[in-house]
This record gives sequence, structure tokens and C-alpha cells, in this order.
Amino acid sequence: MIELKDICKTFRVSKRNAGLKEAFKSFFRREYTCIQALDNVSFTINEGEMVGYIGPNGAGKSSTIKIMSGILTPDSGRCIINGRTPWKDRIAHVKEIGVVFGQRSQLWWDVPVIDSFELIKDIYRIDGSTYNKNLNELTELLDIGEIIRTPARQLSLGQRMRCEIAASLLHSPRILFLDEPTIGLDAVSKTAVRQFIKTINKERKTTVILTTHDMQDIEALTERIILIGKGKILLDGILDQLKKRNSTHKKLSVDYLGDGSSLSVLPDGMHLLDNLDGHAKIAVDTSILPVSNAIACLSKNMEITDISITGSTVEEMVVTLYEEFQI
Amino acid sequence: MRLYLKYASIIFRSQMQYKASFIMSLIGQFLTAFTVYLGVYFMFTRFPSVNDFTYTEVLLCFSLMLASFSLAECFVRGFDTFPSIISNGEFDRIMVRPRNEIFQVLATRIEFSRLGRFLQAGFMLAYAIPKSGVAWTPDRILTLIIMIIGGFFVFSGLFIIYASICFFTLEGLEFMNIFTDGAREFGKYPFSIYGDGVLKFLTYVIPLALFQYYPFLYLTGKSDRILYMFLPLIAILFLVPCLLFWRFGLRHYKSTGS
Repeated sequence: MIELKDICKTFRVSKRNAGLKEAFKSFFRREYTCIQALDNVSFTINEGEMVGYIGPNGAGKSSTIKIMSGILTPDSGRCIINGRTPWKDRIAHVKEIGVVFGQRSQLWWDVPVIDSFELIKDIYRIDGSTYNKNLNELTELLDIGEIIRTPARQLSLGQRMRCEIAASLLHSPRILFLDEPTIGLDAVSKTAVRQFIKTINKERKTTVILTTHDMQDIEALTERIILIGKGKILLDGILDQLKKRNSTHKKLSVDYLGDGSSLSVLPDGMHLLDNLDGHAKIAVDTSILPVSNAIACLSKNMEITDISITGSTVEEMVVTLYEEFQI
Repeated sequence: MRLYLKYASIIFRSQMQYKASFIMSLIGQFLTAFTVYLGVYFMFTRFPSVNDFTYTEVLLCFSLMLASFSLAECFVRGFDTFPSIISNGEFDRIMVRPRNEIFQVLATRIEFSRLGRFLQAGFMLAYAIPKSGVAWTPDRILTLIIMIIGGFFVFSGLFIIYASICFFTLEGLEFMNIFTDGAREFGKYPFSIYGDGVLKFLTYVIPLALFQYYPFLYLTGKSDRILYMFLPLIAILFLVPCLLFWRFGLRHYKSTGS
């Protein structure tokens, strides 16, 4: 379905030091540094999959998306999507994909959203009945029936993002690329967008590739993640397995009565993180000490009024991964 | 074509959202061209003719140049403002839509306020055509039309080159304006007055003279070579290298970060 093999891409970036003199100098002689944006990137994604593509800023996420959507031509390597090479067969290729750039709009700024939709219908040559069916379905699922008669510039970010997503799905694409779709959205809009992406993936069997910095997006949506750093694919795996690998640490939050002096002596596998005004945070390494034993040990020595257990979050897991790979 | 009209209609509706701004720039465009006309007028109050061309002949030449330039600017504006299309990421959007890129660049920017200049050119033509002393035979009327069409395409080609350079530099190079805005200004006089070197350059390198100077000689009866009448059509071939250069640039498109 989607196959990338040894994709490389370098950019030339001009460099100069600060200051007027340097600016003047660089006018005549420029120093360039080559940045290897993508370094032998290879992966395969099957039809109907939902993949989270993560990595720190500047890791090469957007470049990969741009190559897969036919915007950029790589220096070398092979990329076959639905049997086509995106940059060689651009027009046929882009008919089957939808792209949402979270930070860029595809709607015409000054006219009502529905006018943009109508123009997109003509650009993609969507026939009337498909268009109406998709439009009805999308307006209902995304709850945008009220706002599509408003000019795009007067919409809130959350409303606009929902319209953007609708716009990229009007032509029933088989693949949807989402580049940071929840950036800057409030909690309610984020949930709505996530819910919708899930539905589309499940019901239309649309393949979804999602880049994001919001780990809740990843947790809520994807089963598989691909981690990229400094242009290299560092990790490609199932989220649950990764979680298991990293889930030997649990965190206990405890509210207790008394002075908590007993917390100063803890058995092996428990480690006090924080202790303040009758509220303590304790890390438990479950490979040494099961959580139940840890709780028993605590309750033996003090009176506990409230307790909660949290596993390591995806957020923390990714931080650990970034540290592990030094990116 | 139908899609182009749809684009045009959506852009027109957008521009109409800011009515005052639209009308002001329409008037502004009209007045700018008018001041250039005054420059020509005052010069001829001191000198009766330039290089054998009379005042009304120069006026005719100027209005022809202005007409083809303003047409090109109105419809090929996308290439003129291409640096901004690239830097705000609009071009990425264009690339993910299943239509020809050139068509989309043309269709995303249509500058209706530039019609103010065209209006000005129209007025000047209406004034210069009867006053120019040209005996208007059918072939001369045809020449006039061919000149405007040829000019439109040559200017379009120049805009395309200007845009293609942006693929490498990500911003426009101002020197190209010598041949676009500059040509409009110095093209108000027949190119021969700038000397032989300039004329040769504008014939063989940038074919501005092919749609201005040579057919103009035919138009005013200073030459009767029928070939001159069709030179503007040959000038249209200038588009071929321009489009090839565009293709070449497109493959080097770097996009901008998001």
C-alpha cells in the first residue's frame, strides 16, 4: 500500500553569523551546510492502518509527509503508494490522498466554507451524488452544519480545523495524511477531532498517517508508532508492546495523616519522589516489588486517606525514548 | 476553463469583501498609468518628434504596451506574486491538488484591480487610434490585435521565469523587474530610440521588440514587410523555454518548514 525504501533527502542551508558586516560578507560569499533531512528512511504501511509518526521538531516528519504527498522530490530512494511514485505521477496520486496541514489552511479565507467545498468539488471532479453524500456525512459527524455558511476567517481555530478535515475528505481519499491536526485546539475540539479520525478509519477503512507532538493523540488513536530522529527511523512498533516494555515503573500518589516520618525508610524497589503536607509521591519498580506489596507496606506504617496509581504515560515513555536515542 | 471561471468567481467574491480597498486600488492603478502618460505629453510639448515617431504614434505604442502588460498582470499575477505563494505554503497546497500546477498558480491570483490600468490603456487606445495618422486597413487592425496578444504572452513568459527562479532562491529577484515593470516604462517609446545594441538584445534574447518595435513599423507604414506583422506570433514561442525552465525549477522545489 505505502512502501518507502531508502529515501534520502538533503537540504542546503545558508549560514552566517549575526551582524551587519557578516550580512554584507554573506552577500558575496555564502557558506552552506548540508542538512541530511532524511537518511535511508524505509517503512511499509498497510491499507486501513492508523500510524502515529512521531519525533522531535526538525526530525524529518514533515519532509517525509511532503515526499509521500508528492510535494518534494527525494534525492534517492523508492516510494510506492497505491502502485505509483508520488512525484512522478503527481496528479493521479493526489486524487487518492487527503492532506491536512495543521498550521496551514486550505479554505479560501474570505468566503463561506461551503463555497470552498464547492470549488474543491470541481477541482477534484467529484460527481454530484458522491459529493452530496460525503458532505452530509461529514457535516453530521463533525458537527459543522451551523458554521459552513460563515467565512473561514471568522471561525475559531477548532471550528476551522473541523472544516479543514472535512475539506480533505470530500473526495473520499484512501489515505489521509494529518500533519499536527490538533495543534492549538482546546480539549473539547481535540476530543471531537480524535473521535472523528477514529470513525473514519474504522468505517471507511481510510489509512491514516498522523504526525503530532500531542501524546494523547497517539494514545487515543494509533496502534503503531514510527519514531524518527535526525532523519533516521529509530523505532517502528506496536504501541502496547512499547508501553509494556516501559511499564515496570508505576507512580503512587498518597494522601496520609500524621507526620509521615515512616516514609524516610522504604524497602527496595520503592523510591520517594516528593513529600509535602501529607501528600507523597512514590515511584515503584514493579520488577522488584509488586504494587500490592508496596501499598501493604505503606498502610502498615501510616494511616492513608487516599491513594492513586498511575502507570508511566506515553508522554513519559516518549521522553525516555528520546533520551535513549539521544535525539 | 469552467474551473478557471469558478476560481475567478471565488476570488472576485473575496475581493468584494473589501469593497473600499478594491475601488481605491482600481482608481490608483488608473492614476499611476495616467502620470506616465503626462510624462510623454510634456516631453512632446518640447520636442515635436522622437526618432521620426510623432507624439500620437508614441502614444499608440505606449497604450499597446500598457494594454498587453496590464492583461498579463491581471491574469498571470500568480507568477508575479510567486515568492509569497511559496513562502506562505500555498504552493504545497497546490501540489496536493489533482490539477496542473501552472493552471492553479494562474487561477489562485487574479487581480481584478489591475483592470484599472487596462481601462487606462483602453482610453488611450481610443484616443490614439484615430489621431495617430495611421490609415486603418483590415491588416493593420489585425496587427494591432496580434501585438497585444503577443505582448501578453511575452510578459507572461517573463513572469514565469521570475517565478521559476523562486524555486531556487525562495524569494524573488528584483532584477527581473527590469524586463517586466521596466519594459512597460521604457516600452512606451519604440525600442529603436535606445540604440542598436538594446534593440538587438530585445530582439534575440528577450523578444520584447518582436511584438513592439517591428510590427509597430508596419502599423505606422514605416515598413511594408508583411513578416513584421506576424512577428508577435513568433514571440509567443518565447513561452517554450520559459515553461521548460519552470519544469526544471519544480523538481528543485524545497518547500518551507511548517
